Amino acid sequence: MKNNKADIYWKKNLKYLTILLSIWFTVSFGFGVILVDQLNEFQFFGFKLGFWFAQQGSIYTFVILIFIYIFLMNRLDKFYRS
Amino acid sequence: MSLQIWIWIIVGLTFALYIGIAIWSKAGSTNEFYIAGKGVNPIANGMATAADWMSAASFISMAGIISFIGYDGSVYLMGWTGGYVLLALLLAPYLRKFGKFTVPDFIGDRYYSNVARTVAVFCALIVSFTYIAGQMRGVGIVFSRYLEVDINSGVFIGMGIVLFYAILGGMKGITYTQVAQYCVLIFAFMVPAIFISIQMTGNPIPQLGFGSQSADGVYLLDKLNGLHEELGFSEYTSGSKSTLDVFLITAALMIGTAGLPHVIVRFFTVKKVSDARKSAGWALLFIAILYTTAPAIAVFARTNLIETVSEKEYSTMPYWFKKWEDTGLLTYDDKNDDNIIQYLGDEQLNELTIDKDIMVLANPEIAQLPNWVIALLAAGAIAAALSTAAGLLLVISSSISHDLIKRMVKPDISDKGELIAARISAFFAVLLAGYFGINPPDFVAATVALAFGLAAASFFPAIVLGIFYKKMNKEGAISGMLIGILSMLFYMTKFKFGWFGGGGTQDWWFGISPEGFGTIAMLINLIVSITVSNFTSQPPEKIIKLVENIRLPSDDDH
Repeated sequence: MKNNKADIYWKKNLKYLTILLSIWFTVSFGFGVILVDQLNEFQFFGFKLGFWFAQQGSIYTFVILIFIYIFLMNRLDKFYRS
Repeated sequence: MSLQIWIWIIVGLTFALYIGIAIWSKAGSTNEFYIAGKGVNPIANGMATAADWMSAASFISMAGIISFIGYDGSVYLMGWTGGYVLLALLLAPYLRKFGKFTVPDFIGDRYYSNVARTVAVFCALIVSFTYIAGQMRGVGIVFSRYLEVDINSGVFIGMGIVLFYAILGGMKGITYTQVAQYCVLIFAFMVPAIFISIQMTGNPIPQLGFGSQSADGVYLLDKLNGLHEELGFSEYTSGSKSTLDVFLITAALMIGTAGLPHVIVRFFTVKKVSDARKSAGWALLFIAILYTTAPAIAVFARTNLIETVSEKEYSTMPYWFKKWEDTGLLTYDDKNDDNIIQYLGDEQLNELTIDKDIMVLANPEIAQLPNWVIALLAAGAIAAALSTAAGLLLVISSSISHDLIKRMVKPDISDKGELIAARISAFFAVLLAGYFGINPPDFVAATVALAFGLAAASFFPAIVLGIFYKKMNKEGAISGMLIGILSMLFYMTKFKFGWFGGGGTQDWWFGISPEGFGTIAMLINLIVSITVSNFTSQPPEKIIKLVENIRLPSDDDH
């Protein structure tokens, strides 16, 4: 039973990692680097959008991602112990 | 009150604070010396990590660099923050669950091999030494600029302070001093930024300010782009590096961050696994405050500078212009003898050269802020340099006293004996770092980039695969780490120092800069590790159990 729970715990963890790291990659390498010229066509307040992602948006997203991860894993830890 | 008196008062007060904390938090055991007795609150640990992470370079130079290269500066902003996502998700909680003292501890135990441990110690020492030399130099420079002593005396004062609290308090002393240092440095960084943001855009939040309109109703960035176009500089919001290179440099800095021993070791100091995740979140939040403000300062300073100097008569320049001219960090060469400053993108016609460090240091003067703000900035810069130096020092001393002496040379050493060994090695490490601070090797700047490349190419794959890939064995890890480091060293020395036939920018493989090659070396490590592991014997049953265990939350972790 314990082993089964451990398996579920680990699979869920891997799922969270995949989703969160995809977002991590998209906002920085995607929006901030690869697509920067295309996004710069759009204006976001006083910023060009691609430039904003590279120097501001990606960093805010990183912080939010870690706090989401903390929340998800604390919930998962509780499930594992129940 | 005069500026000099303000500086002595504020810097003196902060030093008294650091020393007071060190006496209060004296370490009594190796557990306290290496990892602060695993009793650090996650928010405090987040602050300490942030102070440890943000060096004199982040504090003084980064905004200036961005100011000159515009969009291309994004590699530092994303690279030095994005690594914390990798740390929080892929490393910190598992290494905390593993629960030993150092990174080589993990590598040595997970790969059941003292060869692997030795390779790890070797990497940790190289990475930390290249870094700390730059920090001691930074301490010296800041001292000499603000306290009117020469650079070498500055290095000696810095060595004395670090020596005192690192040797006395170990990780415990360092952590709590760093909490204080974070508060000093972030306050010192934000106060001028907020003042200037209000002056230029009326918005007190710099992050929003640099996307706002200035008094004439034009968006600040549009105005700066316009000025750049007029003067022949490349557009501020677009880059001049190739997309591939920007991608690879950003990745190398991110992965390098997640592989740096002095950052990883912070997550050993908290009480439980969930706290390790929390501290990574807090650390990044505290770092992000400075890292999102820096690009704003870059834009304010750049616009201010161009508007103050461009096409103006030399004799009308404000006081700070002359003052920084005296230091040699700003030079004016009137090429066409018209007494008017031509600040242009064209090297032939440009008459003004400006050192990047001025952008942050002279900012309060340019914006005409009161003396105490300038004094605060001095204390902040010193706090940034000292906190990073102390963190690195601890990694060096624990590599020697714990990884080499305790785990390999003399396993029966008592805790008291090991603690003495740790303090002695910290002492010698400070001396060596001070030596490099006074006689900086020419390649310091190049080797700091090398440190990230090395960390990315060696530690990161070995640790991540050690957690996420059960079949990873010692043959795979050792060959991966060695080939990863060696390929990185080869590329860096070839194109930075001219070894192996050397070569210029046009000879870079696929246009990849040595800074960006860390990512390639990391991938080589990854491929070699996995391939070799698949062709050699599986790790012992005991190790597979260990990996299964670190993947789960611990029982005492409530």
